[in-house]
Amino acid sequence: MSAAVSFCNVHYSIGARNILADISFDLYPGQTLVMLGRSGSGKTTALKLINALLTPSQGEVLVEGKATTAWNPIRLRRQIGYVIQDVGLFPHFTIARNVGLVPELEGWQPSRTTTRVRELLDLVGLPHADFENRYPRQLSGGQKQRVGIARALAVDPPIILFDEPFGALDPVTRFDLQNQFLDLTRRLNKTAVFVTHDVQEAVRLASRIAVLHEGRLELLATPAEFKLQREGEAGKFIATL
Amino acid sequence: MINSLIELTLEHIELILIAVVFAAAIGIPCGILLHRNVRLRRWLLTVTNIVQTIPALALFGFLIPIPVIGGIGKKTAILALVLYALLPIMRNTLVGLQQVDPAIRESAIAMGMTSGQLLKLVELPLAVSTILAGVRVATVTTVGTATIAAAIGGGGLGVFIFRGIASVDNTQLLAGAVPAALIALIADGGLGWIERRLSPA
Repeated sequence: MSAAVSFCNVHYSIGARNILADISFDLYPGQTLVMLGRSGSGKTTALKLINALLTPSQGEVLVEGKATTAWNPIRLRRQIGYVIQDVGLFPHFTIARNVGLVPELEGWQPSRTTTRVRELLDLVGLPHADFENRYPRQLSGGQKQRVGIARALAVDPPIILFDEPFGALDPVTRFDLQNQFLDLTRRLNKTAVFVTHDVQEAVRLASRIAVLHEGRLELLATPAEFKLQREGEAGKFIATL
Repeated sequence: MINSLIELTLEHIELILIAVVFAAAIGIPCGILLHRNVRLRRWLLTVTNIVQTIPALALFGFLIPIPVIGGIGKKTAILALVLYALLPIMRNTLVGLQQVDPAIRESAIAMGMTSGQLLKLVELPLAVSTILAGVRVATVTTVGTATIAAAIGGGGLGVFIFRGIASVDNTQLLAGAVPAALIALIADGGLGWIERRLSPA
């Protein structure tokens, strides 16, 4: 089986400052890789290298076997879903138009987009009849993030990136959305990269956990192996459990 | 008196409309360009800032001897008014585009929008009320500045005002000043209403 995403000796620096050093790993289709690390560990940078919001200073990031620098960035991004903490919904579009935006950009027939949008809203637990004509400001934080997830799934991209999507939510809503995440990634067989600093979240969601510390990949392990760590950055995260 | 009042008021409105339309047609695209190009931003804003500091009467004076674009009459007056109206429109376009939430811009780019789509679908719609606020400020100041156009034969309500000053006639002075103030108030109210209607959130 070929990797969905591969990092090959990736370095990323801004001027003389090294943000990421020598990161290598493979992520296979259907897996969820959780990047765990403190603020400033480089985890968000690593995520942005995958959809070419950033490009490596050295080394290569391969998506479906092809270097991100060789992809047309627009084409690449349209087949990678992206969910961020601030959600980034467009305040001047209705929920339906927000979710249907990538289909719109891809030139889908409006009727096909409408059907897809309704299906997605129902899928993420927002009955379309209630929600499609509302605006983002009329939604709670948890509801907005559900819309964010629906939007990322719109054109059924094989890979989805999550940048601390549940960080700003209350624990109960967060737990609900984590369950939804597990259900969706399994049912739809998505490859996901999930950035967080929450150990519990990492252990719950991951097929594999990548611990990043000061720009280095310190550990790449299954949640079960991760829990046995007592040393280093991973040990420090375990100690907080 | 009444006939010439109506005539000069219409002429005044004409001066303002032409000047603001031109200023918007130049200023909005310039603002977009400045948003994309940081180097250009510094010097173009400096130039328009300097233009803004030239006293209106002096600017009209400077333009008179310039061939083709200068001279006496409406054309020169409109040119000077456009130069004045440019800065608020350009600056507000820039500020409006810069104010767009970085999270929204980032998610638009990450969704695979081209820079044209980002501008058309996200940045401009979210900046529209700030841009219109710039047009409103430009319009209101142009109403006042346009009264000076009469000094170089541009016509408009300034004709009454200059005549009033020359003959120490308050009636003439008010015949120029009152309609100008009314135009300013109506323009401010009307454009403010449109601004609120088009405000995205």
